Amino acid sequence: MHRVSKIVAAGIATAALTLSLSACGESSTESGGKDKGVGLAFDVGGRDDHSFNEAAARGVDKAEKDLGVKSKMMTAKNGETEADREQRLSSLAEAGFNPVIGVGFNYGKSVNKVAKQFPKTTFGVVDSPSQAKNVYGMVFAEHEGSYLAGVAAALKSKTHKVGFIGGVNNALIQKFQAGFEQGVKDTDSKAKVTSEYLYANDDKGFNDPAAAKGKAKGMLDAGIDVIYTAAGQSGNGSIETVAGKKGTWAIGVDSDQYLQPGLAKYKSSILTSVMKNVDVAVYDLVKSVHDKKPLTGNKAYTLKDDGVRLSTSGGFIDDIQAKIDAAKKKIASGQVKVNDTPGKQ
Amino acid sequence: MKKLDKNKLILGIAAPVLAIVAALAITSVIILATGKDPVHAYLVMADFGSKSDSQVWIINKAVPYYLSALAVAIGFRMNLFNIGVDGQYRIAAFFAAVVGGALTLPGFLQIPLIIIVAMLVGSVWAGIAGLLKTTRGVSEVITTIMLNAIAAAVIGYFLQDGRLAVKDGNLFHTPNLPASSHFFTIPTQPAPLDGFLVIAVVVGFVYWFMLNRTRFGFDLRTVGQSESAAEAGGVNVKRMIVTSMLLSGAAAGLIGMPTLLGVSYNYGTDFPIGIGFTGIAIALLGRNHPVGMAAGALLWGFLERTGTQLEFEDYEQEIVGVMQGVIVLCVVIAYELVRRYGLRLQQRQVGEQLAAQARKTEKAEVSS
Repeated sequence: MHRVSKIVAAGIATAALTLSLSACGESSTESGGKDKGVGLAFDVGGRDDHSFNEAAARGVDKAEKDLGVKSKMMTAKNGETEADREQRLSSLAEAGFNPVIGVGFNYGKSVNKVAKQFPKTTFGVVDSPSQAKNVYGMVFAEHEGSYLAGVAAALKSKTHKVGFIGGVNNALIQKFQAGFEQGVKDTDSKAKVTSEYLYANDDKGFNDPAAAKGKAKGMLDAGIDVIYTAAGQSGNGSIETVAGKKGTWAIGVDSDQYLQPGLAKYKSSILTSVMKNVDVAVYDLVKSVHDKKPLTGNKAYTLKDDGVRLSTSGGFIDDIQAKIDAAKKKIASGQVKVNDTPGKQ
Repeated sequence: MKKLDKNKLILGIAAPVLAIVAALAITSVIILATGKDPVHAYLVMADFGSKSDSQVWIINKAVPYYLSALAVAIGFRMNLFNIGVDGQYRIAAFFAAVVGGALTLPGFLQIPLIIIVAMLVGSVWAGIAGLLKTTRGVSEVITTIMLNAIAAAVIGYFLQDGRLAVKDGNLFHTPNLPASSHFFTIPTQPAPLDGFLVIAVVVGFVYWFMLNRTRFGFDLRTVGQSESAAEAGGVNVKRMIVTSMLLSGAAAGLIGMPTLLGVSYNYGTDFPIGIGFTGIAIALLGRNHPVGMAAGALLWGFLERTGTQLEFEDYEQEIVGVMQGVIVLCVVIAYELVRRYGLRLQQRQVGEQLAAQARKTEKAEVSS
């Protein structure tokens, strides 16, 4: 009897699986919506990461104010698969949002794939190139902005030891590292740069402030007095730790972190921030769709046209502004070429 | 005797029913506490989850979850807590991707080769923990979780431009598998089902057969229930520990295959992580039973599919995570409650029977 019941159970399970093979019923894509405004899909960390995602959100906020469009913002979880990202994007497109924007290179593949299923919707992706005709790819010259951060760090460091903390050791964050290291070396050949990553390949590196705290603590203990952190929300942990030690500086990333209300307590330790003008890029795209002339193809936001730049809030780099401007001019004119991959050490 | 069977049946149904009712009740209270309507949430989920494309999505999503739960369950049945499934499947998928990307053989050779490499790497990684436990007495809980971190570091080292990976935009990934290594799909509308579903069903059956119909499975379950009793019965416990860790790791090696052979065709910085931990929850949910775990994996897929839709109805994104946690807790608690109740019931029955017998003998003694 026991055996038979188990076989029956196995049989039912198989039958259930076969039944769903002939996936019956209407598809969810058959019921759709009308123009609802901007659909924004964030990377991990969410809107309030005070950094990368928040820059994109600012662009949408501006569009809401200036153009009167509405928006829907959704956030990725840690450890997502392509299927999760594709679903988030297609749900947004399906619900009638236009444009639909994926914030972060993790959306690179899924945006280009989903865009083909919704040819009438304009898609955007930050930090990844466009591969479909209704996709606007917004890429940034992070290495050029980081070079200037390196110049500032080298000029401000008293110990001639500066540090870089990356969230995840991937090609994107390596651009920040490469530019920063080169900027330091070109400014102060005696300076020593220590570059470390929170995670080798886990996107938790972008929302684990505790890990960044630990790394920053280690660097401060080793005599490093300027730390540049490119790690999304995790960077908050590093800024907090740096603020706890007198005479040391933190360099922020993506947003002007000096102006972030959530970081106000530590702002006197934020030397400057390497700003990626994700907000400008996102706003441009939203506006173009609003004006019925949607942007497509790839756009590189570089130092030359202020797509990336150093923030000056707080006035801590006013005394070295001339040297930073000189470095910027060299990059803009092509006299200095900034590497986008770190050199072998 | 018949009455006892009826009780057993009622108790068997009671546990899952109790778990479902409790989980629904708790989730409803939580949704109410956020000021939203729980019934509407369930309706949205049921409606969206039953759409044809949702069905396909859910099944495809459930396949790796199911394989992961099986890998965890092999250890669970022997009281081994293999929480290193996560690291095992990632390092297995990584090296399988490296081998697959380097070769161009016909598919009927290359696909099995990739899968075998993955299973081997997975079992080696889990076997390290098994060996440390038997030779040095280190708890597998400690070693497996540490091996997760080591696996991530090893992958991180090799997954760089100029080592075993190529750079593609802002991603690093291993060279793409040749087209011959793409796994077959089952054509359904509107999207195809992952052919790995077949493998998952087969592995589920093998799991059931091995545990319940072979000498090895009997030994394994015996060790799980009482190591000393098994040893006294002539089972080589140490060998059983290593073997079951190897098997658990081999099953873990399969987890990344649906993604590698059916979706990404390479191992990149965007390869999914964390499925090994989801497997623990599903193994608990399915009570280590092959059919129960299948139901658990599908439920997980359903919750994840419909969670995004809840966000559109202005429910919090986290509600799905809360539901998943509540369900696992309810299942574990409900089964334990019902087990204790059943035990008490049995004790009372046995006690009554003994008392009745004692009364009878007493009477006989008095009358004699």
